[in-house]
Amino acid sequence: MRLLAWGFDLLLAAGLLWLAWQALFTPRRFSAVVNFMAFYLLMALVWVRLDAPDIALAEAAIGAGVTGALLLTALGRLPAGTSTGADPRRWQRPLQILAMAGAAMAALWLAWAAYQLPRPGLAAEVTAALDATGVSHGVTAVLLNLRAFDTFLEIVIMLAAVVLVWSLGPPLRAFAPATALPGLPALSHLLHPLFLLVPAYLLWRGTHAPGGAFPAGAVMGAGGVLLLLTDAAPWIYLRRHRLLLHLLLSSGMALFLAVALGGMLMTGTFFAIPLHLAPTLIMAVEVATGLSIALMLMAFYLLGEPGQ
Amino acid sequence: MTEALHWLGYGLVIAGILFFLAGSLGLLRFPDVFTRLHALTKADNLGLGLICLGLAFQASGLAEAVKYLLIWLLMLVASGIGATLIASTALACGLAPRQADTPSNTMTSERPAPK
Amino acid sequence: MSQFYAVLAAILCGMALIGLFQTEDLLRRILALNVLASAVFLLLVTVARSAEGIDPVPHVMVLTGIVVAVSTTAAALALVIRANEARRRREEEP
Repeated sequence: MRLLAWGFDLLLAAGLLWLAWQALFTPRRFSAVVNFMAFYLLMALVWVRLDAPDIALAEAAIGAGVTGALLLTALGRLPAGTSTGADPRRWQRPLQILAMAGAAMAALWLAWAAYQLPRPGLAAEVTAALDATGVSHGVTAVLLNLRAFDTFLEIVIMLAAVVLVWSLGPPLRAFAPATALPGLPALSHLLHPLFLLVPAYLLWRGTHAPGGAFPAGAVMGAGGVLLLLTDAAPWIYLRRHRLLLHLLLSSGMALFLAVALGGMLMTGTFFAIPLHLAPTLIMAVEVATGLSIALMLMAFYLLGEPGQ
Repeated sequence: MTEALHWLGYGLVIAGILFFLAGSLGLLRFPDVFTRLHALTKADNLGLGLICLGLAFQASGLAEAVKYLLIWLLMLVASGIGATLIASTALACGLAPRQADTPSNTMTSERPAPK
Repeated sequence: MSQFYAVLAAILCGMALIGLFQTEDLLRRILALNVLASAVFLLLVTVARSAEGIDPVPHVMVLTGIVVAVSTTAAALALVIRANEARRRREEEP
């Protein structure tokens, strides 16, 4: 059985390296993007092998799904062309080899330095503090209670990226597939209930098992991208829904901030949640964050501010 | 009884892997989009179905087994509709299916000539 | 097994750096940045594993990191698309 596991690891590593090589150095852009999406799917398998199911869920939905959709849209809007590396002049070659060797050495050194870090990190501390957080799953506890400030800033970064993307101009409509077949609308009709059911399940699971706001938001965001692709969300382009859209986009950040300030009023510490309120509050923040993340992923896909 | 189900599960998983191998081979060797889709959907539908069935036989409870079968059902819908979408988009973009009498057929040219 | 994945992360990191600096294509650079991010995430999760248990803090860092990575990718792609459109419009004008 051990031998089988080793074989699987080796196969996974070889596949990852091959796909990364193809994504980085193959001449055709389209095959680079497709190889890159497959790379993310294999990464999700690696996360499962490394006992990180939360990350695997988020990676499968965000990495392979949303990033892939964004890259394919960009590919459709950029001029077709094959562009590999720059052709180096003769005198540049030794320099280039030197730079590559330097990069490889730096990467190996980084891995070595990271590997020398003291183990087991903060596992014991987190387990000890778990009773005071109101949830029983370590990752969710750290994400929404122990290090909630980091998560809050992460939401702010995402909102800043939305502001940047939207400040560039009016939205670019997605290219709908040039077909009269009812396949795509039928698929989205069939899947929409599931795109609500699965995130709800993931949110509920997040308090005691792998799941939570990030995978839920990612799955819902993927459903939202499908909505935009089938042109089933015309309301998002309307001018009179602009304010509502802005409010929904910032709801995660707003609720996070409200909880933090409320904690400061009640206990005197920023981001301190009283234990008897913690399960409810964490659930509320998770729902708002998940919705915000889903809507922000949709907002990226619009590539411009709607309703102008 | 459970022992027999366990071994049956292994057998089904191995059969599913064989379908996937054949599908991948077809994906690499077939000449155009439509035949490649044909190879791919066989692997998706039947191969994944056999693997899910095999895993369901080895599952610890009924809930787990039903989850495996649900995965298969979802994949059936998604891969079926995805394949029709790819094929119809390819047709709309002007890629015609390869006919039998087209010259320079790569599949036949690589085979040894019949005697 | 941890050592194995640490080495894999190092190789991916080196490959992504080379790809990042070798190419002139902006889309390819975004891909290289994403591969680099994945390599660093892999290193973090590898470090989180030990015989005494799994440290959830690096897992959380990676989870937020994935979302930040997709945000940066989206912002960079939007910039690339807009820059490309501006260039095309400039070329069309006499």
